[in-house]
Amino acid sequence: MTTPLELVCPAGTPAGLRTAVDAGAHSVYCGFRDETNARNFPGLNFDRAEMREAAAYAHAHGAKIAIALNTFMRAGSTDLWKRGVDDAVAAGADALILADVGLVDYARKAHPKQRLHLSVQAAAATPEAIAFYRDRFGIARVVLPRVLTVEEVSRLTAHAAPCETEVFVFGGLCVMAEGRCMLSSYATGKSPNMTGVCSPPSHVTYREDRDALVACVGGFTIERFERGEPAGYPTLCKGRFVADGTMSHLFEDPVSLNAVTLLPRLAEIGVTAFKIEGRQRGRAYISTVVRAFRKVIDAMAAGKKIDLDELRGLTEGQRDTVGAYKKTWR
Amino acid sequence: MRGHLPPIFANAAGMLPLLSLEVVARHLMSNAMAARPSFAARLGEYSGRTFAVDPVDCPFVFVLTPQDGGTHLSVVREAVGFDARIAAPLVVLLGMIDGTYDGDALFFSRDLSIEGDTEAVLALRNAIENADLDLSTVLGFPQAMQGPVNRAARQVFMRVRRLLDAPEDSGPNGVANGVNLS
Repeated sequence: MTTPLELVCPAGTPAGLRTAVDAGAHSVYCGFRDETNARNFPGLNFDRAEMREAAAYAHAHGAKIAIALNTFMRAGSTDLWKRGVDDAVAAGADALILADVGLVDYARKAHPKQRLHLSVQAAAATPEAIAFYRDRFGIARVVLPRVLTVEEVSRLTAHAAPCETEVFVFGGLCVMAEGRCMLSSYATGKSPNMTGVCSPPSHVTYREDRDALVACVGGFTIERFERGEPAGYPTLCKGRFVADGTMSHLFEDPVSLNAVTLLPRLAEIGVTAFKIEGRQRGRAYISTVVRAFRKVIDAMAAGKKIDLDELRGLTEGQRDTVGAYKKTWR
Repeated sequence: MRGHLPPIFANAAGMLPLLSLEVVARHLMSNAMAARPSFAARLGEYSGRTFAVDPVDCPFVFVLTPQDGGTHLSVVREAVGFDARIAAPLVVLLGMIDGTYDGDALFFSRDLSIEGDTEAVLALRNAIENADLDLSTVLGFPQAMQGPVNRAARQVFMRVRRLLDAPEDSGPNGVANGVNLS
């Protein structure tokens, strides 16, 4: 291993950030309390003062902070996003995670020395797309979509250099090309792309029905969990539907990504950073997952064997998958 | 049921006058709010909503209305007229307050259920997460005593949770953080 691997961890609150740093995160990503970031949930995220304190805490403990402004600017109302970029730089961000090409252009011109990462929301999944962002805007790292195989990640990483690659290794799984998925917009009028929320809680309801839990999004019944059956997130892509007379999780099973067994291979092909999903999760999740992955990364460096059963209890549907990295889906 | 108090405890708790429970609960809540003044600000527009926090193994329900000037709390036998309800065994609810449990994981495993205004529930969960509460803060202990009290409380709660077959501890206050490396 020539470059030290970076463990990139989520934080939805200042307490979550301190937990991630204390648990061994090399860097933490977070966002402001508005629609500029793709986890715009109630009670979550940082105001300006909290962000400055968070950056100071991370730096004092040897960690970095990346601020996500990874939704797409609204026509006629781009100031919110540009102000977010300026405030993130002023707060001491080590990197900005951006998706909108216009905002990338603004950030590069307004802050020429600022390190920029390309969000997974930009869906840059070809050598040409990555090269464009790298050569035109000096993007230092691209977060790759969760729809690629290990071999595809390998080829992209080779083409992207000197731009680094970052891949998701644990947490919620999007089967769709992120930044382009319209399912949430269709059902609720809101989306992670524009307003920072997928299947927003304002449009989600649960009700008990004869011992079963029924989940609805935007008035559509998407799932019925029978008594004792593990539940999942109330997103349309993880609902159970009838098609051709058969009921199934048509788009995606409610399972979490867990690519821990692939870490050595991903490191070997040159991936720089391993990302844990879950800014909406609690301190218990952050602490457990970050500690576990940090130990694995340290163990890899020391040539030790790894065993990670403890992560299963935190996974959606209580099950996990290596996702698209090994194409075993239906 | 996993994590449920034995019926004898629940029955004994049921014999306590609701007013005495309410006085104690209000005192603890007041300590927590004094230590975490930004709690209501994090709730934002969901401040003022009424939450029924239902320990399903106990014969009472806590009804909270967090507000900027202070949180109103009452203890009732049966909650009506709430915006959202959060239900789980008592030890599980306590474990969410001190960060032992992750709310999403409890929801996935069906140890916790919610109904009503989902958005308000999320706001409350996230505000509690950020409050980073522990027993000594809730009890109003001085700073110097907090370390030893919290360490002892973690051990006691962990044993109680194991005794009740509650969901496994995880997180900053859990003890099962190790990864087996051989």
